[in-house]
Amino acid sequence: MATVTATAPDTRTFAGTAWSWITTVDHKRIAVLYLVTSLAFFMLGGLEALLMRLQLATPEADVVSAERFTELFTMHGTTMVFLALMPLSAAFFNLLVPLMIGARDVAFPRLNALSYWIYLFGGIFMNISFVAGGAPNAGWFGYAPLTDTAFEATHAIDFWAFGLQILGVSSILASINFIVTIINMRAPGMTLNRMPMFVWMSMITAFLIIFAFPAITIGLVLLIFDRYIETSFFIPEGGGDPVLWQHLFWVFGHPEVYILILPAMGIVSEILPTYSRKPLFGYAVVAYSGAAIALVGFGVWTHHMFTVGLGPIADTAFAISTMAIAVPTGVKIFNWIATLYGGSISFKSPMLFAVGMVSMFIIGGLSGVMLGSPPIDAQVQDTYFVVAHLHYVLFGGTVFGLFGGIYHWFPKFTGRFMHDGWGKVHWLLMLIGFNLTFLPQHMLGIDGMPRRVHTYAADMGFDLWNMMSTVGSLMIGFSFLIFIINALRSIRHGEPSGSDPWDGGTLEWTIPSPPPVYNFAHIPIVDSRYPAWDIKRGGGHTGAVATAPEADAEADEPDIHMPNPSYWPIVMAAGMVLAACGLIFHQAFILLGAVLFAISLIGWIEEPAG
Amino acid sequence: MTAEAHAHHEEHHSSTGLDNRKLGMWAFLGSETMFFGSLILVMLINKHNTLGGPGQEVLDLVLTSFTTFVLLTSSLAMVLSLAAFRNGSLLWGRIWLGMVMLMGLIFLGGQVYEFTEFVTHKHLTPSTNLFGASFYTLVGFHGAHVAIGVLWLGTVLAYSWRGRFQPGMDMWGIELVGLYWHFVDLVWVAIFTLIYLI
Repeated sequence: MATVTATAPDTRTFAGTAWSWITTVDHKRIAVLYLVTSLAFFMLGGLEALLMRLQLATPEADVVSAERFTELFTMHGTTMVFLALMPLSAAFFNLLVPLMIGARDVAFPRLNALSYWIYLFGGIFMNISFVAGGAPNAGWFGYAPLTDTAFEATHAIDFWAFGLQILGVSSILASINFIVTIINMRAPGMTLNRMPMFVWMSMITAFLIIFAFPAITIGLVLLIFDRYIETSFFIPEGGGDPVLWQHLFWVFGHPEVYILILPAMGIVSEILPTYSRKPLFGYAVVAYSGAAIALVGFGVWTHHMFTVGLGPIADTAFAISTMAIAVPTGVKIFNWIATLYGGSISFKSPMLFAVGMVSMFIIGGLSGVMLGSPPIDAQVQDTYFVVAHLHYVLFGGTVFGLFGGIYHWFPKFTGRFMHDGWGKVHWLLMLIGFNLTFLPQHMLGIDGMPRRVHTYAADMGFDLWNMMSTVGSLMIGFSFLIFIINALRSIRHGEPSGSDPWDGGTLEWTIPSPPPVYNFAHIPIVDSRYPAWDIKRGGGHTGAVATAPEADAEADEPDIHMPNPSYWPIVMAAGMVLAACGLIFHQAFILLGAVLFAISLIGWIEEPAG
Repeated sequence: MTAEAHAHHEEHHSSTGLDNRKLGMWAFLGSETMFFGSLILVMLINKHNTLGGPGQEVLDLVLTSFTTFVLLTSSLAMVLSLAAFRNGSLLWGRIWLGMVMLMGLIFLGGQVYEFTEFVTHKHLTPSTNLFGASFYTLVGFHGAHVAIGVLWLGTVLAYSWRGRFQPGMDMWGIELVGLYWHFVDLVWVAIFTLIYLI
């Protein structure tokens, strides 16, 4: 059994520090690992986007070849969805869920570490393809029969298929972990109806992941069989049906977009009340509308397939369910606006990002309702109108929300503020750059410019819009640099923030920043939705939260049992990814991977968890 | 892990009163329903997609009815094993656990025989037609789940000689594998009904 002292990182040497990160099972450190890794992949995906924008800035340009362009849009989409935004959300789950529900860690700390290492190795595995004979090139949704060996005989598609399987394992394991953590490890008094809204949205996201991912898992299994053992699930000559792939992909793919947006909605639902100094308006309705979005989200997938020809009845039914989703979404937006109404608002950078998220998401939502109408969809399908729409929800919505979260909780991670002035510059540049990039793409789409084509002719009326879009994308890239410099500088030189800089209402603001390994010296007792406000305002339930930050430092440390660090998660993750390498490079890797996996499994079971 | 450590775990606070590991297993099985649900749908779509080759008529109802009966009975043995361990009877707990493994192996043996028979005599391989491809994929994945279950049961059985599952101790190790085993059984009920019977 380890005590706090045993888990404290040995930072005297570099090797000791590195080892402490490799073996960590502390949810806060895993959050940092997720954050850093996902931002690195975000930068990579962003560079891919910039290359595409440079190619498209002028007609008939030759910055990248057509072949390279297909790789770029495939890997841009795949990277942003699976390697940047989902893991960035996971960073917030890891940091915040245990702190917000008053727990000392997640339910399965080693499993949590395993999820991270699988993600890291899976992301690297997929990107190795760029230097190993060609990157995936069939679009992020990998439509059959483009993925068939007849059209892509290299390993490009295999990297994509195995990579996504690996990342799927990571996501499902992490989601099981957070479902159990949220359902089972809440502090006394923290009923479901008192959970912070971010925790609600995390739980709904986790349920979405465990129910949505198996569909793409099966789709990928069938694809791999088509490519490796000559089945013909998606090959018409063998009786197969390429449309089956589309169904399997979008049964996963549509819930996936809610997996991407709900955590950002949760973050915004925490930021808006804090900076308006008012409780979230319509708490229960916001929570239930999140659940409604998730539920209905499983019944709208063929709106991605309106032009496939499924017939008017299917199209009508799915158009109705698609538009129905706008109702709970609109409910959330009105509740956020009502939260602001009459509040004493302070426009710090997190608040600006949150307001930016709500307003940009409204635009994306409206074009989403337009696309939900089959006649309109038939006109603009596969054009830049769709690109504009999806970036307004996933960039305007998710990215703005997640950046707001970084500014808001940076002091909790580090004990220091990010520079607020530069934060506002980042926000303004990103907001202008974002709209300059994607607003013109609506016009391009309506004018008929197809997506996923590497160039266009000069006399089509596309030139101006494309140039604007490229300039905007460079602004976004520049604003991200400002963010990175600001963040790196603030880690060491930022103004000290204290434990509760924003007058927050949720439990994480009642403990020191950065939080001690054990989070809470005493497990708090909760009797309202904003326990930290109760203490500070002295009304009603003073002393409900028994944690006094000063007392943490010495008094209770020795008696709190925390899980031991473990190196088995990284070994097991390495084994899994090595086995996948074996299916592409050399079969010896399969054996090596299997042996590593077996050894780590035994080691895992035998290891005292503490 | 020592007995002490286990006792300590049991005391841990949990909001629902359910053990974390059991709740995690339920969440995992929830995910598995979608996994097998997708596989079964693919099988149903391709049930008559034979390109004139061998199809549903190759399925041997007599053999599979027998192995199905064995697999379903194994769930009873699983229940009896847990009950015996709970009542403090290590001997009967182990015997029933061994019975579960044995029945699982009989089921797997039937499947290996079935697959070999199909490939060698009925000329049905995964690349023959989509009936074959879907059948081998679905039944193969289920079989893999049974095989993992048998290995897991073996591990649990081994641990019963290493100081676990003694009278008065917690039984989550057996309960977890039991949950998994019953689920895999239940999936087979669906597969047998939808693919073999109708």
